Amino acid sequence: MTFTLMQSIIFFGIISITTLATRALPFLLFPEHKEMPKYIKYLGNVLPYTIIGMLVIYCFKEVNFMQQPFAIPEIISTVIIVLLHLWKKNMLLSIGGGTAIYMFLIQVVF
Amino acid sequence: MNFKRNALKAAFPHTIPVMTGYIVLGAAYGILLSSKGYSFVWALLTSLFIYAGSMQFVSISLLAAGFQPLATLAITIMVNARHLFYGISMLSKFKGTGILKPYLIFGLTDETFSILVASDPPEGVNKKWFLFFITLLDHIYWIIGSLLGSLLGSILTFNTSGMDFALTALFLVIFIDQWRSTKNHLPVVIGVGSSMVCRMLFGPSNFIIPSMVSILLLVTLLQKKIELRNSL
Repeated sequence: MTFTLMQSIIFFGIISITTLATRALPFLLFPEHKEMPKYIKYLGNVLPYTIIGMLVIYCFKEVNFMQQPFAIPEIISTVIIVLLHLWKKNMLLSIGGGTAIYMFLIQVVF
Repeated sequence: MNFKRNALKAAFPHTIPVMTGYIVLGAAYGILLSSKGYSFVWALLTSLFIYAGSMQFVSISLLAAGFQPLATLAITIMVNARHLFYGISMLSKFKGTGILKPYLIFGLTDETFSILVASDPPEGVNKKWFLFFITLLDHIYWIIGSLLGSLLGSILTFNTSGMDFALTALFLVIFIDQWRSTKNHLPVVIGVGSSMVCRMLFGPSNFIIPSMVSILLLVTLLQKKIELRNSL
C-alpha cells in the first residue's frame, strides 16, 4: 500500500463523501416540499438533452485524428452503431454489434 | 413483494449494456488498485462507497502523488462537477421516492443517469422500485467487476481491450433516441457543440467544467427560444 492504513481510510473517505456531496447538492438546495423555481424546472427539462451529447464527446476525448490509426476504428464503429440503431431500433443489438466491431478493429485490424 | 419482483424484471433489460461496460471497467480498476498494493477488500469498499468510475481511476494516480487531503478534495469536486447537472435533471423524477431517494442520489453515475433519463417504467410497474433496481443492478455490476479485476487480474488471458466501448455505444444510442424523441434539437446541438469547442480549446483533461459553464450560459440566454420551440 502506498499510504498507511489511516491515510488510506482518510484518502478514500474524502473521495467518497465529496462524490456524494456533488450528487446530493441539487437535492439539498431544492427539496421536494418546496416549490421549485421556474428556472430550475426549465434546466431540469433541458439539461438532459445537453448532457448526453457532452458524455458522447467525453468518451471520445482521447481520440486523435492526427495520429495512426486516425480514429478510424472509432469512426467506423460509430457509423455502424448509428445506422444499426436507425434501422433496427434495438438498443442491445446496436450496442453489442458496435462494441464487437470496435473490438475486432482494434485487436485484429489496427 | 410481487411489485418489487415486477420492478426488478422490468429494470434488468435496461441495465444489460451497463453490465458489460461496468464489469470490464470495474475489472480494470481492480487490477490497477491491486497493482498499488491494495487488496480486494479495498476494491470492494471503494467501489461500494465511492462508486464513481472516472474518479476511482483518478484516485489511482493520486495514490502515486503522495498524501494530500486538500488536493484530493479539490480534484474530486472538479472531476465530479458534472453530477450537479444530473441532480438538477432528476429533481422531478426522484420526487416521491421516499426512503429509496438517498440511495438513488448516491448511485447517480453517468451511466445510471443516462439510463434513468432514457427509460420510464412500463404500465403497472412501481416507479420508485424500478428506478431503485436500475441503480442497484448497476452498482452490483461495478462491484463485481472491481472484485474480479482485483482477484483474478493476473490470470486473465481473454483480450478485453475495446470492450469498454460498450459505454460509448450506450451513450450514442441514448443520444440517437433523444434526437428522435424531439423536434427541438437546439439543446442537443448546444451540448455537443459546447463540448466539442471546449475539448479543442482546453484539451482532454480540463474541458468538462468549461463545457458545463458554456452549456449553462447558452441554455439560459436562449431560454425563450427553446421554450417557444418546445411548445410548438
